[in-house]
Amino acid sequence: MNFAFTEDQIMIRDAAQSFLAEESGSAAVRAASASEGGFDAAVWQRIGSELGWCSIPVAEQHGGLGLGAVELVLVLEQMGRQLLCAPYFSTVCLAANLLTQCGSEQAQRRFLPAIAEGRLCLTAPLSSGVDDWSDAAVQVQAYRKGEVWTLSGHCPRVPDAGAADWLLLFAQVEGERAPALFAVPREPAGLKVETLAGWDATRRFSSISLDGVTLPAEDRIDDAARIEDGRVRAAALARLAIAAEQLGGAQQCLDLTVAYTATRKQFGRAIASFQAVKHRCAEMMVRIEATRSAVYGAAALAAGEELRVCHSERSEESGQILRCAQNDNENNPSQFTRCSSLYLECAAARALASDAYFYCAQEAIQLHGGVGFTWEYDPQLYFKRAQASSHWLGNADALRERIAQALIA
Amino acid sequence: MNLQPSPSDETFRAEVADWMRQHLNGRFANLVHRGGPGDEEVDPASRKEWERELAAGRWTCVGWPAEWGGRGLSIEQQVIFHEEYARAGGPGRMGHIGEGLIGPTLIAFGSESQKKRFLPGIVAGTEFWAQGYSEPGAGSDLANVQTKCWQEADGSWRVQGQKVWTSLAHESEWIFVLARSEPASRGRHGLSFLLLPLDQPGVRIQPIRQMGGGAEFNEVFFDGAAAAADHIVGKPGDGWKVAMGLLEFERGVSTLGQQMHFAYEFDLVVKAAQANGSSANPQIRQRIAQAWCGLRVMRYNALRMLSGGDGHGLKREALIYKYYWSNWHRELGKLAMDVLGPAGDVISDDPRIRPLQQLFFFSRADTIYAGTNEIQLNLIAERGLDMPREPRPAA
Repeated sequence: MNFAFTEDQIMIRDAAQSFLAEESGSAAVRAASASEGGFDAAVWQRIGSELGWCSIPVAEQHGGLGLGAVELVLVLEQMGRQLLCAPYFSTVCLAANLLTQCGSEQAQRRFLPAIAEGRLCLTAPLSSGVDDWSDAAVQVQAYRKGEVWTLSGHCPRVPDAGAADWLLLFAQVEGERAPALFAVPREPAGLKVETLAGWDATRRFSSISLDGVTLPAEDRIDDAARIEDGRVRAAALARLAIAAEQLGGAQQCLDLTVAYTATRKQFGRAIASFQAVKHRCAEMMVRIEATRSAVYGAAALAAGEELRVCHSERSEESGQILRCAQNDNENNPSQFTRCSSLYLECAAARALASDAYFYCAQEAIQLHGGVGFTWEYDPQLYFKRAQASSHWLGNADALRERIAQALIA
Repeated sequence: MNLQPSPSDETFRAEVADWMRQHLNGRFANLVHRGGPGDEEVDPASRKEWERELAAGRWTCVGWPAEWGGRGLSIEQQVIFHEEYARAGGPGRMGHIGEGLIGPTLIAFGSESQKKRFLPGIVAGTEFWAQGYSEPGAGSDLANVQTKCWQEADGSWRVQGQKVWTSLAHESEWIFVLARSEPASRGRHGLSFLLLPLDQPGVRIQPIRQMGGGAEFNEVFFDGAAAAADHIVGKPGDGWKVAMGLLEFERGVSTLGQQMHFAYEFDLVVKAAQANGSSANPQIRQRIAQAWCGLRVMRYNALRMLSGGDGHGLKREALIYKYYWSNWHRELGKLAMDVLGPAGDVISDDPRIRPLQQLFFFSRADTIYAGTNEIQLNLIAERGLDMPREPRPAA
């Protein structure tokens, strides 16, 4: 057992840190988030082709680097810290993740290599529910007639939909218990994408409506055998990704505050020298490091599970069950997966990260004093992102209730 | 990062678990899960015997070098030992001050004759130790120690003064004392580190009754108490360096064992909530889940610590650890009592209630001893965030 990062992991983290400090500073974030598309296409282009970050979690057989959750988390932490505006999270942490966890073999071959090469931008709903996308599925109905699927319904919150080449949407099919997953191209007849003007401009959301959108049979992309278990796993991993971004954001709130209080003088001394200020910064650091331990730990667990799937002699252990009520689990793989330590630890990391991020953002504003309340200083950007991200795939209270269900039954 | 245990670690884990299963029963059965912080008074005679049982199995001082009677275990294996010990409900260690504090200090700073004299008794579980640091006027400000010591013509040392919060002094043979050997000195200068037998005319031990009713701490009064000439660790005046070196040993590998005990206490709380139906209360459910999140944080934080940090050079996880666990534990105590409700207000011997009451009261000490919350936050701000230091008295 070793919890230290490898040299390669440290290299990936440091490269992300320096690239994003250069390309996603405050001015760049403000410009990108106010632009038409909501992000800087040139930076996104470099991330995809030059830096190869989109290939990090994609399996080698699909042209990716086949790295694990640890590497991904380290990059996401830096993205969150610099509020990177780019459809990276949508493409990699939502779409590629869903394809890997519950896409058919054919769908994986179709999309993953292009994602890994940074040529394709995809997205999926980022709902506020804790139900691992079953809430998204009930809002879209799909009917099959011959070789053609017809989809109708709506998805209220899809990130980066304006930029996406494909939307991965869950839908309900009559007579099927599990939700189905469809790949919807950018501009079919009947698809309407309405961009929402969010207070948090660093991740742009759209509301999508489908009115009789028709798709060929091959655009249904789920693997029926894995969809129930897979969507729950994908949701867990997406929560871990959000937690990593939130961790980075919280860290930046602390860094901004420590830097500001070192230069701001009142009563003839830097306000950083007042114990009232020091203790508040220390408390921020405690929450950040606690979150960091939870995020890295869940990432190491996720990476270990990937390893176990590759070397399947140990795979029977991969879903360590807590005290989850066993009775109705046998017929319901999603309930079973929801009691796995991976699911619960990702939920814990995400709950801790949301709380820590908001705490640090509000402390940053308070400790900046009057300027903390202005448009000009950066704490407001983090404050808005902290609040917006607090409900992505379930808020902290809902996630804790999920954990309680597994612990107490 | 790799959370997978190696096959040899798994074998070792089984060996420890097996030994505990075979030995922690019969005359020791009443000690299971007993004797931890807040419960240290429980059956000291039997717990000393348990120390000798451990010694017979070579399970004391497992991290010490073989040369001094240890097993020279790797960090990973020490962690495994402490985890399995706690998982089996191994009783609070009477010998922990000897094994965890003074022993490693003597190995690092002691003379050959001191090592030969004292280490075997610690390993064998025949000599127990107490720690003489805090004084009425030297708590958070430990460098303000006022207890005096001086050397007699025959080279022996005499000690005059008072120590306080001395755990288990009444059950120990020896005490190490930080005392001022240079009369006009101030702060961390002019201190010496002495080893004294407690059973002598110049020593008086008086118990301090805690809010939970127990008395595992003491005041220890020294009135010309004697220490042999060669029972000074380091040179006269080096006391602060030795005392701080010792505190470095206080954190570390036993952390994961402590967490096993926390997990056990957490389980007791969940069981209590299930038993009385408060587990249906949404707020209690939130707090139980939050406590579980804290357990995960502490485990991974400890693994980060033991792996030597995250390559930033700054041991941020080590800096926050004491503040984190002590506040977590204190909150668990409050949760336990809120789960029990009015039943918690009645003094009880019920094994489902008594440990939770003890947890509630004693965890109030967690955020005070070994660096109060306030001192911890100073350290985090100054060492972790490089913020301006608190003013210190000129030496």
